[in-house]
This record gives sequence, structure tokens and C-alpha cells, in this order.
Amino acid sequence: MNVTKWRGGTTAFALLAMILGVAAWAGEKPQVRVEGAETVGPRTLEDQTREAVVRDYLAAWQTMGKALADNNVSQLNADFVGFAKDRLAKTIRDQQKLNIATRYQDRRHDISLIFYSPEGLSVQLLDNVEYDVQILDHEKLQATQHVRARYIAVLSPTEVQWKVRILQATQ
Amino acid sequence: MKQGLIILLCVSLAGLLSTNAAAQSASWQVPASVAAGNSLSIPTTGSGKAVVYIVGPGEVLRREVQLGESAVFAADEIHSAGYYTAVLVGPSSTETAELDITPAAVPSQLSFLAKPSRLAVDQRNAISGVVYVFDSFDNLIVQPLQAGFALSESGGAVRNQVATSRNGVAWIRLDSAPKAGKADFQVHVGNLMATRVVQQVPGEPCNLRMSGRRMGDQVQLQTDPLRDCSGNPVPDGTIVTFKETYGNDETTVDVPLKRGVAQTSVPVRDGGVISVATGVVIGNEIRWGHGQ
Repeated sequence: MNVTKWRGGTTAFALLAMILGVAAWAGEKPQVRVEGAETVGPRTLEDQTREAVVRDYLAAWQTMGKALADNNVSQLNADFVGFAKDRLAKTIRDQQKLNIATRYQDRRHDISLIFYSPEGLSVQLLDNVEYDVQILDHEKLQATQHVRARYIAVLSPTEVQWKVRILQATQ
Repeated sequence: MKQGLIILLCVSLAGLLSTNAAAQSASWQVPASVAAGNSLSIPTTGSGKAVVYIVGPGEVLRREVQLGESAVFAADEIHSAGYYTAVLVGPSSTETAELDITPAAVPSQLSFLAKPSRLAVDQRNAISGVVYVFDSFDNLIVQPLQAGFALSESGGAVRNQVATSRNGVAWIRLDSAPKAGKADFQVHVGNLMATRVVQQVPGEPCNLRMSGRRMGDQVQLQTDPLRDCSGNPVPDGTIVTFKETYGNDETTVDVPLKRGVAQTSVPVRDGGVISVATGVVIGNEIRWGHGQ
């Protein structure tokens, strides 16, 4: 994993970078690339299913970012279930205790769908993702970091959408 | 004027040097990775107080530390595998690093999906087994692991298949057995085992055949014992439909299978045609003529 590091401090340059970073933070849509594959593992993945999985996975990133920024567990219900939801909820509760908030802004996703289970109950994907993360302690910005990481996600179908069941960065 | 300029330059240089010195006052050594469930110690150098943050979607940790000492996180604080941003905010500088928390090596939980729970015998690749492997902290173990699948049929036969997990998941497909009955579908990973029950039921009947016997003004109809193409008896309750056609008249009787056979009676009509069917299977016809 490569990480572009920003080293903070008291210099004017750092302050300027921080101000520009905050200004450029919100509202940008990430670039998305999806590697095409008709058959992923034992089952054929129809175009509509692939589009729905990718759409709901990207929506989950937005939800995660908002929930972690607002420290609001209930927002997770929209796009997460199971282990992923439990884990994010715990992170939010820990943030609340510590009076910390984190802002995640995904910048780029490079998604490969790698497994569609035979019975159609789970889809697994790999995402080489780039995102920025900001750490705020008692509402004071402590650091901004640009991250490149490889995430593995498992999504399950629910009544009307796919929800993220596992979301884990991997080496 | 010249002297003033020199003093200004000296002051600026001294300020720059002191800033650099301050920037170097806090440093640390973050390990590249740590396994979930292990403690983490991050040695720091410098003087003064600092705050260490370890931040990722799966974990947020904050520790105040005296520079020169180590920031220590207990084993029960390091749970969630993933990529983390580590930040040291010192009195005059901020340091960042990356940290991978890796899943524990030993599997501790299996999530086993076996489908379907009920199906007909002799179906090709009709049973699927999918297993996700987790450590004791609910982290998906992405290192390849051997998963042994076994389908134990009611007659005692066992079919085994081994699959290697990729990215935390292993799967297989199996044919259903020729013999109907309950089958235990198991998966083993390391010392762990999970079992699901798969009920294999007879398929569609083969060779549906009926016979008729006159009893007064009625014809007594009865099928032969119904079996599927593998010889399994078709379950009682399966509906068998008898139909008598006479000119433009049709009489239909639906009868549930009882003790393997279906029986009913219809009025005798010379020239009538009686047929039998169940599901998608059509049986023989009987033409009832004069004198029969």
C-alpha cells in the first residue's frame, strides 16, 4: 500500500494546505472504474446485477463517510448489515467517547467483482480505492491524509438493494 | 542599514533552525503491521506531550503519550483487520504513518451457506456450499485455507470434496444423490466444522401406469406404485389426476397418493377414454368399450 503523507506543523505552507484541503473536501464525486467480467466464480453476473452491486457499494462509501463524520450510528442502516455494520457502529461509538470525528472522502475506486455465490446470496469485490481522511479531535482538525488501499467487500441482497456485509482493507 | 539587514537575516535563520529543530522533536517508529489480538507498542522520541491517533473505518484509538516513551495499545484494543492511518500530534510537529492490522491466523468462525435445503434426487450440480472463514474478531481471513466439504447421505455414502479459499471464501457444487433422504452437508476448516441438512426428495414419477376394473356401473381405477426414475417411492400426498373423456363431456378427479398408489372410480361409459397424469408426467390411457 502506498500512502501519500502530509506532515503537518506550524508552517504557513501547512496551514495553507490545510485550508485548501478543507475547501476542496466536499462535493466531489469519485472516479470509478469497474473491471468487467461476465462470470465471477460459479455464477453468471448479469449486467443489471453488476450495476446494482456497484451502485450500492459506492452509496455505502458515502453513507460510511457521513456516519463517521456525524458520529451517527443509525445512518449505517441504509447500506450496511452484519459484521460491517457492527464494526462501523463500534467505531462511531468509540469516536463519540473520545470526542473524535473522522471525515472520509473517496476519490477513486477501481473495482473488480471476484465472486458471485452459486445461490446468489453474496457478491464479493476488490476495490483499489483512494480516499482522503481527516481526523478531528474536539472539532479541531488534526491531520489530513491521502490513502491508497485495497478493500475487500462482501455484499448481500436485501429487499430492494445490496448491502455491505463485510468491508475490510487487505494487504 | 546594512547592520540591520544582517540582524534580520540572523533572526530569520535562527527561527528557521528552531522550527526545524522543533519539527524533529517528535518522532516515532510505527510497525508496518500487527496481527489482530496482539498488543501494539509505538516508541517515540522527543520531549513534551503528544497525542497518537490510529484511525480507520474499523477502529479509532487515541492515546496521550509523553514523548520519549512508547504509546502502548493493549491486545484487546486491536481487533479489526484493515488499513489504518497513524498520526502523532506533537507539541510542534505532526507525524503520520501507515499501519496494517492483519487477521489472526487461526480460523475461529465459519459462515456456511448450503443451498437448497430441499431438492429432488439426481440433479446435476444442484447443491452448492459456500463458506466464509473468519478469525475470532470477525475478520475475514484472506490467506488461502483448505476447506473440506462432505455430503453424508442417508444410506451411509459420503462424498468428499476439498476447495481452497480465495479472499476468504471457498465453494463447491455437488450433484444430489440418487437415493432420497436426509443428507448432512458439512464443511471443515482447521478444527472448525459446520453442518447443514439437505433433504433430498424423490423426483418426478417414472412410468405412470394405471389399470381399471369394472365394478357394476363404475370403473375402479388404480395406479401402479409410483416411483421416480431412481426407484425412490414418490411421497404420499402427490396429486394424481384421472380424466374421463366421453364425447364432449370431461370428468376430472384429483386424488392424493396414498401408500404409493392413487385410486378412484368413475362411471362406466362405453367409448369413454380415461387418462392419468401427475405433475408433468402423463400416464397410459384406457379406452372403455362394449363388453369390458
